[in-house]
Amino acid sequence: MSVLPYLVAGWIFLIGCYGLATSRNLIHAVGCLAVCQASTYVLLLAVGYRDGGTAPVFSDLRPGARPVVDPVVQALTLTDVVVGATVTALLLALVVQVGKRHGTVNPDELSELRG
Amino acid sequence: MSRRIRTWVLLLGGLGVAVLLFAASLDLPEFGGDRHPYGARAVEAALARHTANVVAAVNFDQRAFDTLGEESILFCAALGTVVLLRQTRDEHRVRPEPARVDPPVRRYALVALPVTLLIGLYVVAHGQLSPGGGFQGGVVVATALHLLYIAVDYRALERIRPVGLYATADAAGEAAYLLLGAAGLVAGTAYLANFLPYGTFGTLASGGVVPLLNASVGVEVASGVVVLLASFLDQAVEIEDATEHTASGPARHPTLPPPSEEKPT
Repeated sequence: MSVLPYLVAGWIFLIGCYGLATSRNLIHAVGCLAVCQASTYVLLLAVGYRDGGTAPVFSDLRPGARPVVDPVVQALTLTDVVVGATVTALLLALVVQVGKRHGTVNPDELSELRG
Repeated sequence: MSRRIRTWVLLLGGLGVAVLLFAASLDLPEFGGDRHPYGARAVEAALARHTANVVAAVNFDQRAFDTLGEESILFCAALGTVVLLRQTRDEHRVRPEPARVDPPVRRYALVALPVTLLIGLYVVAHGQLSPGGGFQGGVVVATALHLLYIAVDYRALERIRPVGLYATADAAGEAAYLLLGAAGLVAGTAYLANFLPYGTFGTLASGGVVPLLNASVGVEVASGVVVLLASFLDQAVEIEDATEHTASGPARHPTLPPPSEEKPT
């Protein structure tokens, strides 16, 4: 079952997309987008995993003593988390304004344009 | 398009993506495998530059330019949120009322506050040695300040949180990162190159520019998160719509007492 972690990442992505498409509340939709993004964390960390590997931190580990997991994908995941958090904040700010201006956060009721 | 047709289109598309993802995962390198060419080279480069935490070395030395982009996204998102959530003309501010807090909650939060603050600063300062760094530590520091909201009330938080000052600190953190990059040019190497002496492996001063970049990111993230949360909390606690106030009563934060009927000036 060496593909299981990749399949889990794919499943998280698809379930997030399903929630995003069927959502009836924009706050819920922002949460679903965060779920979609979480699949990329799982995928990146799965790509970088190594059997028996430990964290790539050498403060108390002699270099070469043990295999370490891939630090490059971990750094990418950190970038991913930061960008995800800030984009979520920005989207929630938009939802606050939509809720104030239109009186609803149901995307199905937000069809008309307003200047 | 009716809701039912939409669901069918979604299921069809989802099925297609699922098949493609499954086919792709069969071709990915085996999970837990031994071959990580980039990882091995990153570890070598980090050790050559005396940085014990390889993830910090990747983020602030080998990929420092990418981190500049990441930090700018954070800066722009904070800026965008502040602009989106500013007080508009038809809204007014209500001064938050003092709130009663249960003594155990108050005690716990007041004990946790300095400890959390210290841990946050520790995580920022030891980014080049142990897991953590400016991003993680910055969030911990910002969280520590907001424990005051839990322990006392919103007014106490506002007293230690002049938003203008934190917005300036946010910009200063971003500027410090840019200037540290430019300092590499002045020193005769490339932009954001590691131009400082690498120091002794495993000490606080190791890693060249990594601890300095970590500190600037820590300042930016901590103040950015404070500014972000301030905009949201202002919306929840202070800013009220004029029509809403008279009609149904505004939505208030649960820890605050119900709104008073007096008209604010």
